[in-house]
Amino acid sequence: MNGIPTLELRGVFKSFGSVRALVDCGFEVQDGEVMALVGDNGAGKSTLIKCAAGIQSIDAGEIYFDGSLVHLRGPNDAARLGVEVVYQDLALADNLDVVQNMYLGRELHNRMQLLNESQMRKTTEQVMADLGVTTLRSVRQRVATLSGGQRQSVAVARAVLWNSRVVVLDEPTAALGVVQTEQVLALVKRLAAQGLAVVLVSHNLNDVFQVADRITVLHLGRNAGVFERATTSQEEIVLAITTGNRAQPTGGP
Amino acid sequence: MSGTETTLRGPSGAPPTWSPASLAHLWWQKVRTGEIGSAPIILAIVLIGVFFQTKNSNFLSATNFNNLLVQMAGVTVIAFGVAFVLLIGEIDLSVGFISGIAGVAVAEFQLPGSSHDYPGLVAILFAVLVGAVIGVFQGSFVAFLGVPSFVVTLAGNLAWQGVILRSLPQGVIVIQDSTINDIANYFFSPTVGWIVAAAIAGSYALITLNDIRVQRRSRLPVDDLPGRLARIAVVAALSAGVAYWAGTDPRRGLPFAALLIVALLALLSVLAARTTFGRHVYAVGGNAEAAHRAGINVTRIRLLVFTISGAMSALGGVIFASQLRSVDLSAGGGTILLDSIAAAVIGGVSLFGGRGRVGGVVFGALVIAIIANGTDLVGYSASAQYIITAAILLAAVTLDTLARRRLADSGL
Repeated sequence: MNGIPTLELRGVFKSFGSVRALVDCGFEVQDGEVMALVGDNGAGKSTLIKCAAGIQSIDAGEIYFDGSLVHLRGPNDAARLGVEVVYQDLALADNLDVVQNMYLGRELHNRMQLLNESQMRKTTEQVMADLGVTTLRSVRQRVATLSGGQRQSVAVARAVLWNSRVVVLDEPTAALGVVQTEQVLALVKRLAAQGLAVVLVSHNLNDVFQVADRITVLHLGRNAGVFERATTSQEEIVLAITTGNRAQPTGGP
Repeated sequence: MSGTETTLRGPSGAPPTWSPASLAHLWWQKVRTGEIGSAPIILAIVLIGVFFQTKNSNFLSATNFNNLLVQMAGVTVIAFGVAFVLLIGEIDLSVGFISGIAGVAVAEFQLPGSSHDYPGLVAILFAVLVGAVIGVFQGSFVAFLGVPSFVVTLAGNLAWQGVILRSLPQGVIVIQDSTINDIANYFFSPTVGWIVAAAIAGSYALITLNDIRVQRRSRLPVDDLPGRLARIAVVAALSAGVAYWAGTDPRRGLPFAALLIVALLALLSVLAARTTFGRHVYAVGGNAEAAHRAGINVTRIRLLVFTISGAMSALGGVIFASQLRSVDLSAGGGTILLDSIAAAVIGGVSLFGGRGRVGGVVFGALVIAIIANGTDLVGYSASAQYIITAAILLAAVTLDTLARRRLADSGL
């Protein structure tokens, strides 16, 4: 856990009109670890991961992948590097089935340039089995007919499908019941155990302390410290979230 | 009634029996997840057909059948384009007068004695190109600037009508080119009609069987095997029925326009259901934000869809011009716009985007054409035609809305 970060954002600035969403903000994550990203509403968590995913352009700052500087011009650039984001609102198309959502934007073709449904379906079933997702009746079900936990599983599976290096999970348990939350957290641990770099964005400190290795705290768009989970109490994290103290000097004013 | 006792054991249970009750139940389950299917519309077509036949025994004659196929061609082709626009959750209200513009264009481009006296096929190509360019123009407002398509195409509708009035100072152009006129006025001999029908049924069967073979080879369970085999039989029976029916007309056979419809149907069905582009069209209509995040170029999809709509409207306009062997100042007007949108919606394409199949459009257009043809034949006034068409459109949209609400409910 002391090598080069798989993904690192450094000194990122981002404004929406007069609103300064991110001010000299950053975080890093390494292979095989779960890095939690916590902060109050409006702390800039979502904006930061959107920058990491290439959805938002950054006004200033640097993004490093495996130690080399990269420029993300869109979601495809991030995806090509192996950065996958599972969004809070899941970003699944309700009118499409599980397979179609899994391969959305990266469909497989046969020799006639038509969709290769058989291959896509087979791989989807394989990935679902690997992740221990057993509650799906059929991968040909429309996503609209799935439960919240099932939708979350599809979204996570979609991220894993692409041999991704970094998986960012945005509030993965926000809408779930107790049992489904446990299932998703187990899934998060399994991802890290497979060697992926996992970023967990969450409000829920119980979840965070259950699975995270390190915790990055954001406060009003600025960094408020990076904590080792093993040596940190929940109270310290709460204090950092609410007051932003222990902010590490990162160079900016 | 004990014979119809249902043995359904939930969705993944034992195979259901094929009793009417279980079929109805299966259908209702599909409706609940937002899939209405073609059953209600086929029922409607049969009922309307029976009604008109009892009023006038010529309704089901071969001559009238061939008339009907030609009459529905223009609206069907335009509605194919409308279907794509509805699938991405937009609307195109300019299809009527784009078709009118294309009619004027095709007539101008074949005008004997002018400097632009092109062969028929070239004139048709130019006219379709004009429609596509109009589609790009209107679509760019929607795709790049985010102007509501409702307003862009409503403005377009008015503007293109103005252009038609301005570009026909002589009031009417008679089309003398035989290639253009043949689109709506060429009829195959009964023998050729049978060959066409056999080719259609054969191609459909081959494609379906190949799908099943591919699934078998990848060791996947073949879903809905009886349904697929049944569809092969239905397509074969329909093709044979149409070829036979059209062929019994003493003067004419199967119209070329019918072949054109089937060819476009096949082409656009493949485009919508089996290509990446088609998949992305559905995704944009279902959840544009999800599509964007998945790396789909949403702008490009929107632009392309409006281009398709423009091109298909233009081709529809060429068919109308061919039918009349001329264009006049009324080109593209009347009920063309509403009929085309109604055909797509009645055919099961959702106004809310992301749901529906290209194939349904043909049924929708058939309903519209039957009502127009039947009321005319029976001697009802236009008022009856308008009211019946409106009632069916309203019913279709209501069913669509209910299905969508069901979909939202079941989504949790």
